[in-house]
Amino acid sequence: MTNGHHQAVDDSDVAPGDEHLEGTSIGQRVVGYLTGLGLAILLTATSFFVARTDLVWEPSIPVALVVLAIAQMGVHLVFFLHITTGPDNTNNVLALAFGVLIVMLVMVGSLWIMANLNHNMMPMDQMMQMQR
Amino acid sequence: MSTVALTEAHHGSAGREWSGPAPKRIVTGYGFWIFILSDMVMFSAFFATYAVLLGQTAGGPTGRELFDLHAVAIETAFLLASSFTCGMAAIAADARSTIWFQLAMAVTCVFGLGFLNLEQQEFASLVARGAGPTRSAFLSAFFTLVGCHGLHVSGGILWLLTMMAQVYAKGFRPDIQRRILCFALFWHALDIIWIAVFTIVYLLGSAK
Repeated sequence: MTNGHHQAVDDSDVAPGDEHLEGTSIGQRVVGYLTGLGLAILLTATSFFVARTDLVWEPSIPVALVVLAIAQMGVHLVFFLHITTGPDNTNNVLALAFGVLIVMLVMVGSLWIMANLNHNMMPMDQMMQMQR
Repeated sequence: MSTVALTEAHHGSAGREWSGPAPKRIVTGYGFWIFILSDMVMFSAFFATYAVLLGQTAGGPTGRELFDLHAVAIETAFLLASSFTCGMAAIAADARSTIWFQLAMAVTCVFGLGFLNLEQQEFASLVARGAGPTRSAFLSAFFTLVGCHGLHVSGGILWLLTMMAQVYAKGFRPDIQRRILCFALFWHALDIIWIAVFTIVYLLGSAK
């Protein structure tokens, strides 16, 4: 049997959270988690540093914090939840993508609409005047 | 594997139609993954509420006056460490090592309890300072969002203890292994949500 056959018949999916385990030793898996932990600590420490420092241009701080948070979520997804771009992970990634879409719609949509309403609302004192 | 599947494989991916349903571990894990994603959608609604109500302090204290970033940093460290030890427990479960599994789960539990203890202290001190959930819309949203995450962690710790007891009583049976997989997914997902909490609520809330 050629390798191509084997692939077509055997490339089953991997459960979310499971690693692709062929030929991976326990030591290698621990190193994977340690890598994730190290990166996460680095990103968290940077976040806490950036939030309080005077060294960074102030208006850029919120953007930097959001970028750092998204990067850390990526680190957790890859090293702790083992979500990869491999063919055995397609279903997991698609479900995740749909989840992210809904999360973005809910958050951006709410903020946008409420900011717009807030902007168009009559100031409270004028409203009181009209009701009088 | 039948020859049908093999010959079918020549024509491309159609061979997979004969491979039958996915293994139970994948079905269970995938179903739980969908649950976790819907949980994140629920949290996104709480985050949106919080972000919209951020300025509605009704003359009460703002986040900058209330939040203690020092405690939040320690909480974050606890949760991050517990995520790592939870991964160690998953490896131990795959290797069927009872001692290492129970040890890693126990350490995870201690870190989780440390996190909850700090959060409870923070909530208690806020309420004691007159900044409870009834003070303003901002504080209602804050307690709902952070409290909901805290409730998830509490539930996770109960689940963690259940898994330790089940492994003790029943060993690493396939169904127990699937529950461990789901628990690990749940625990790591809580840490991901906490990243959003400490960034959006605490760091952005107290940034200059």
